[in-house]
Amino acid sequence: MNSAGELVSQIARESRAKLVASLAARTSDIASAEDAVAEAFRAALEYWPVKGIPQNPAGWLFTVATRRLTDQFRKTSHETELTGDYADATTESPENYLNDERLQLFFVCAHPGIDENVRAALMLQTILGLDAERIASAYLVSPAAMAKRLVRAKNKIRISKIPFVIPEAHELAARTTAVLDAIYGAYGLGHDDIDGGTTAHIGLADEAIYLVRTLTEILPHSAEVLGLLALMLFSAARAPSRRNADGDYIPLQNQDPKLWRVNFILEADAALKRAAAMHSIGPFQLEAAIQAVHTARGVTGKTDWGAICELYAGLIELQPTVGAQVACAAALLQKGDIPLARTMLDQVSAVAQSYQPFWAVTAELLIAEKKTQEAHAAFRRAAALANDAAARAYLLRRLPVSL
Amino acid sequence: MQYMLMMYETNEEMQRRNTAEAGAYWGAWSAYVEALAAAKVIVNGDGLQLPETATTLRMQNGKRFVQDGPFAEAKEQLGGYFVIEVENLDQALEWASRAPCAAAGGIEVRPVLPPMA
Repeated sequence: MNSAGELVSQIARESRAKLVASLAARTSDIASAEDAVAEAFRAALEYWPVKGIPQNPAGWLFTVATRRLTDQFRKTSHETELTGDYADATTESPENYLNDERLQLFFVCAHPGIDENVRAALMLQTILGLDAERIASAYLVSPAAMAKRLVRAKNKIRISKIPFVIPEAHELAARTTAVLDAIYGAYGLGHDDIDGGTTAHIGLADEAIYLVRTLTEILPHSAEVLGLLALMLFSAARAPSRRNADGDYIPLQNQDPKLWRVNFILEADAALKRAAAMHSIGPFQLEAAIQAVHTARGVTGKTDWGAICELYAGLIELQPTVGAQVACAAALLQKGDIPLARTMLDQVSAVAQSYQPFWAVTAELLIAEKKTQEAHAAFRRAAALANDAAARAYLLRRLPVSL
Repeated sequence: MQYMLMMYETNEEMQRRNTAEAGAYWGAWSAYVEALAAAKVIVNGDGLQLPETATTLRMQNGKRFVQDGPFAEAKEQLGGYFVIEVENLDQALEWASRAPCAAAGGIEVRPVLPPMA
């Protein structure tokens, strides 16, 4: 009895996404596909302990879910004869029924016709099976609001018939970037190598890593997918060292490498090496490489700021975002190049007035420039914009005392 | 699957109809319509007279309010529409991207309601 239950939940974890993708690909109706799959799992919990576990459990589930969908369709088209009984599903469940259409599902979730703000949530729900409540709590919105957004997006996919296809070659790179950007947003890491810099850490790091791992399986020749995986793993590897036992904020330079998760670092290194071998550089790989240099301190005992500055220069050339330029200024400051750090910050100052890391770096730069009074104001500004209490407390501790 | 492509044009683009560029303007549209027809995707469609010829009506408390001009003042106005029959949104968007006003306005793509049962 128990073993059947365990098997169902194990298969649910492993094949849920494939089942949903495969069914939804036929109809563009993700919500019905999810309902049908949930129904199939319920049927499995009922039948398997009595009738025994079928030879091909995933095929059995697929057959039952397909029948469920057909029944629903008949019901809505006012036909009465329903197939009902699931007991004999085993007899007709050839394995090749179940194509892997998860990649198509990823592309549908991040289709340009879908609102950017709901793409990651859609993936978390359709691929991982997370419920709206869990996703909502991570995004700090009400479960009702999140459920509404998800329903709206699924309706759009069904009614306007967004196709479950792999984009054509000339679109593939841009569409892949849209998928990766959505997952990156769900991870919410930003540049966390700025002392006192806060980023919106959404509590979905493990889930986001799972999504990218899945993508590396089904899109194995994309260097940027591996780059993003490496970036997330390096960042997650350092998670245990970002706070001390009292919950105080620990800047990257003072973090204890002994607390870093070695298995994450090894997996990240391997992913980044595989990406590099593809000779197709991109922003995520460069960001991961920056993290790799930081992580190397665990072995060498020091940080190669020169290398980090060069990598940031490359990143800015590809993607001149405010985040990259501010982080580059922070690295230049660490390297001791105060004038260049100043130039870099001045370049973005007009657009970065509400960007918290900008003020954190500005404050440190002003200290280096011996402008204590201005530094005081900048630390206060950074603290005021901080979205987490520990970073705020850290910044206020940094306030220069000699005024 | 049927989609309506609503062709929105900037005021500037629409005014080309009344200038020396009229030939190029209409030439681009007729080439587009020919391409839709050659691909056998067109169901129907029309170009529309300029928005200044529009009249908008609203009923309020049983009274007619009639106004000179289009429904909403906007930088881009509806210049015409086509209904096309294709398989999915991506194919509809592909056709939208080829419209002469794609770079001088924009196209709203909307699925057509299926016939009422």
